Amino acid sequence: MQNEASDVLKEFRQGDVDAFETLFRLHQRAVYGWVLRIVRNAPAAEDLTVETFWRIYRAHARFEPAHGFEGWARRIATHAALDWLRTARSEDELPLDIAAVATADPAVAAEIRLKTAQAFERLPPKLRIAAVLAVVEQEPHKNVAEALGISVAAVKLRVFRALRLLRKDLEKQGIRP
Amino acid sequence: MNTHDEDRMKKLLQQALTPVEGEPEPSHDLWPTMLRQLDSGPVKAPWYDWALGAGVVVFVAFFPGLVPVLLYYL
Repeated sequence: MQNEASDVLKEFRQGDVDAFETLFRLHQRAVYGWVLRIVRNAPAAEDLTVETFWRIYRAHARFEPAHGFEGWARRIATHAALDWLRTARSEDELPLDIAAVATADPAVAAEIRLKTAQAFERLPPKLRIAAVLAVVEQEPHKNVAEALGISVAAVKLRVFRALRLLRKDLEKQGIRP
Repeated sequence: MNTHDEDRMKKLLQQALTPVEGEPEPSHDLWPTMLRQLDSGPVKAPWYDWALGAGVVVFVAFFPGLVPVLLYYL
C-alpha cells in the first residue's frame, strides 16, 4: 500500500495524468475544505480547488515526493486563496459570513457581529488568512505557518495585527469591543 | 492592545464568524472541470505579441532617450 502511494507520487512527478487524477480524487475534498475555511464562499472554493490542482499539475516537476503531497498542496491552495482574496470584491465574499453571523452566539448583539464580520472583510488579505485560520478555525499556528510559508512567530504577529486593526475599525464606527 | 484586549477581540471574531463544521464537500465532482482545464492547456501568447514585445525591446535599446516621451503619451 505504502509502495503503491509512493509510486503514484513518483509517476505524478513525471507528469503522468493518471497519477494526477488519483491524487486529485484523493485530496480534492481536503483542498476544498481548506480553501473554504479561508475564502468562506462555496462556489469560489470550488473554482479555487480546480485552480489549486491546475497549479499543482503545472509544478509537477518541482514536487519532492519525500516531502509528501498534502502539505505541498495545502501551501499552493493557500496562495491561490490569497490571490483570490486580493482580487475579489468584498460583496462576493459575504454569503457564508452572513449565514455564520446569523447562527452565532445570540448573546452578542447581531449588529456588532455583522459589523465585526464586515470589518474583517476589509482587513488586508494576508492578515485575514492568518486570523481566520488561527482564531476562527482554531488551526494550530504551526499548520498556518506551514501553509503560508512563514514562521510561527510571523503568524502570531499577523494575528495580533489583524485583531488590532479590527478593533480600530470597530472603534471608528463607534463600537467599543 | 494588551492580552486581555486581544482575548476579547478573538472572542468577538469567533462570535462573528463561526468555523466551517466537519469536512465539507464540493457540490459536484470537480474532476471533469479539471480535465477541461488540462485539455485547454496553458494560455499561450500569439506570435504577434512576442514580435511586438521584441520590437519594443529593440526600440528601447536603440532610442533610450525616447522612453520618457513614450511614457508621457501612454
